[in-house]
Amino acid sequence: MAATTASEPNHLLRLPRSRAALLFGLLVGAGVLLLAMMSSIALGAADIAPGDVWASLFHFDPASTDHLVIRTLRIPRATVAALVGASLAVAGAIMQALTRNPLSDPGILGINTGAALGVVAGIYYLNIGSLSMYALFAFAGATVTAVAVYMLGSLGYGGPTPLKLTIAGAALTALLSSFTTGILILNQRTLEEVRFWLAGSVAGRDLALLLQVTPYLLGGLLLALALGRQLTTIALGEDVARGLGQHTGWVKGLAALAVVLLAGGSVAIAGPIAFVGLVIPHMARFVVGVDYRWILPYAMLLGAVFLVLSDVAARVLVRPMELPLGVMTALIGGPFFIYLVRWRVRK
Amino acid sequence: MKPSSWVVVRAPWLAVSLRIDRRVPPVLLLATLATLIAMIVNVGVGEYPIAPLDVIKSVLHLPSAGAEHSFIVNTLRLPRMLVAALVGLALGISGAIMQGLTRNPLADPDILGISPGAGLAAVTLIVVVQSVSSDLVSLGAFAGALLAALLIYLLAWRSGDSPLRLILVGVGLGAIAGALTTLMLTFGNLYDVQRALSWLTGSIYGRSWKEFWALLPWVLLFTPPALLLARDLNALHLGEEIAQGLGVRVTLRRGMLMLIAVALAGATVAAAGTIGFVGLMAPHIGRRLVGADHIGLLPTAGLVGAFTVVAADLVGRTLFAPIELPVGLVTAAIGAPFFLFLLWRQRSASLLRGS
Repeated sequence: MAATTASEPNHLLRLPRSRAALLFGLLVGAGVLLLAMMSSIALGAADIAPGDVWASLFHFDPASTDHLVIRTLRIPRATVAALVGASLAVAGAIMQALTRNPLSDPGILGINTGAALGVVAGIYYLNIGSLSMYALFAFAGATVTAVAVYMLGSLGYGGPTPLKLTIAGAALTALLSSFTTGILILNQRTLEEVRFWLAGSVAGRDLALLLQVTPYLLGGLLLALALGRQLTTIALGEDVARGLGQHTGWVKGLAALAVVLLAGGSVAIAGPIAFVGLVIPHMARFVVGVDYRWILPYAMLLGAVFLVLSDVAARVLVRPMELPLGVMTALIGGPFFIYLVRWRVRK
Repeated sequence: MKPSSWVVVRAPWLAVSLRIDRRVPPVLLLATLATLIAMIVNVGVGEYPIAPLDVIKSVLHLPSAGAEHSFIVNTLRLPRMLVAALVGLALGISGAIMQGLTRNPLADPDILGISPGAGLAAVTLIVVVQSVSSDLVSLGAFAGALLAALLIYLLAWRSGDSPLRLILVGVGLGAIAGALTTLMLTFGNLYDVQRALSWLTGSIYGRSWKEFWALLPWVLLFTPPALLLARDLNALHLGEEIAQGLGVRVTLRRGMLMLIAVALAGATVAAAGTIGFVGLMAPHIGRRLVGADHIGLLPTAGLVGAFTVVAADLVGRTLFAPIELPVGLVTAAIGAPFFLFLLWRQRSASLLRGS
């Protein structure tokens, strides 16, 4: 199968962009992210005036409920959304470069499936019940699965080729998710416990949980940004990369490590949120073309903004209830993505 | 590929000649035999075990077959087995077509919205409308699948078709449908949600002759044209320009092949729910058995699919008997290890580097 042909959409219409324009775009993106986070902090079950948001940050009044809500609930939540969005988008971009497949996302390494199985099995067999225990089991499940996929995909000639990684991942993912579904069908209690978590959410994530996961996410982001140049080369093809003197084995290993840190950390704190890792990299590519040195930072910002805004929408649309974040991302991003595809994919 | 590894089959009275991989005839024969044996064993096991020989006698309506056997075999178990085989066959062929067309190893009929569309329709009926008959769920699922496929094709059309646009639009629409499905699973009544989950997993529990006769025409109608178009699929798989250069009417042929893939997979959804894995993996297993030529690959993928579903049903029925696991739960448990074994065993360069 030619995983190569439909892979890097370098035949997309690409607008010429100068370095300065791209840098300026990043600045604008950072500004938008800040605004999005501010609105996420101000809006919610109870709206809080922007002035109060400001005051709670710089003139904290422990007697004010609003200030307390902002500091203990809203700010951690907005930060989690931004970090998770950035991480998932970058992890997705890496996976698409690594497998050279536009359908690829961190799910291909089995991250979400492994995490879900970890949590579901934890509830079923060990009765775990807190978000921080979920995080632990999710991260463990994600890591073990990713390592297994990478090893299976590396069997035989040529090491972890894109095709082998992709289909080994797809096969193992299918296997594990059937275990998960099996438990859920046979055990109603587990289904009830876990179904909201399985839809993905950043609700109720507090500072302690955030601090637990942050090192993994930041480490992953830094590692990914450092690999930008190598990823651009490897997305051109294994042989090209090797011809240019790249140690492809190392690059692929490090890139996979970054994906595990980023996507594993994300699923640990927010549950399996689909769509961001798949779609945001394409959006970044629509803006900047095929150079991963730019795709990665743009994906980071776009992913963060996208997830923060999705979370706002999830909270505001059906107040005082909340929609699962993983549902919201697809409902907002889906139509927009289809529009982009129609507009930009010429061939 | 060494030239000696091809066999030319000529049928002068039909003015047909095919060049197929040497591995195709034995693999097809073996896969057929394996599927038949799995079916016979599967019909035989259960709360009331019947010896394989008696199963064959009953199926063939031989006079020496016992009357009580005949009821259990011909009324209860055989139709279900045939549905399983047809579902697997259709999914395997459909998946092979989609992977060939899109040139993407992750493609399966779901790219065209089959599972997302069917799933959304069925879960809506089960969770929102509640206590609907399973006939209505089947019908709704079939309609949902076709509607989603049509919508994806239309949305991806922009003065011409394009596999990449199709894939990406399919992903977008699939995500939207999936999100709505998740929404219902998250907030629906727990009992309904469990029924919906079981449907989404794919099950052939209690399927009778009615479902078999509903499914058969689709398979009979759409499998032969798939095989006839295999040569065009080979050309399309090489790339659009090459196909055009070889004289293939690209858009027309691609549309026809897609229609076949949708019809086959859509019919299975109505019969058995959204069985995963088979459409995705049967083609990969087939490719590792007989190579990438679609003339041999399409029937091989179909038979591998049939065997997988029948064997999965056998395991699902016997593993935790009397509790029955839905067949969709077991397909991956059977297929994935086998596939990974093939991956591990065939460590030669030409097969694994892709192409």
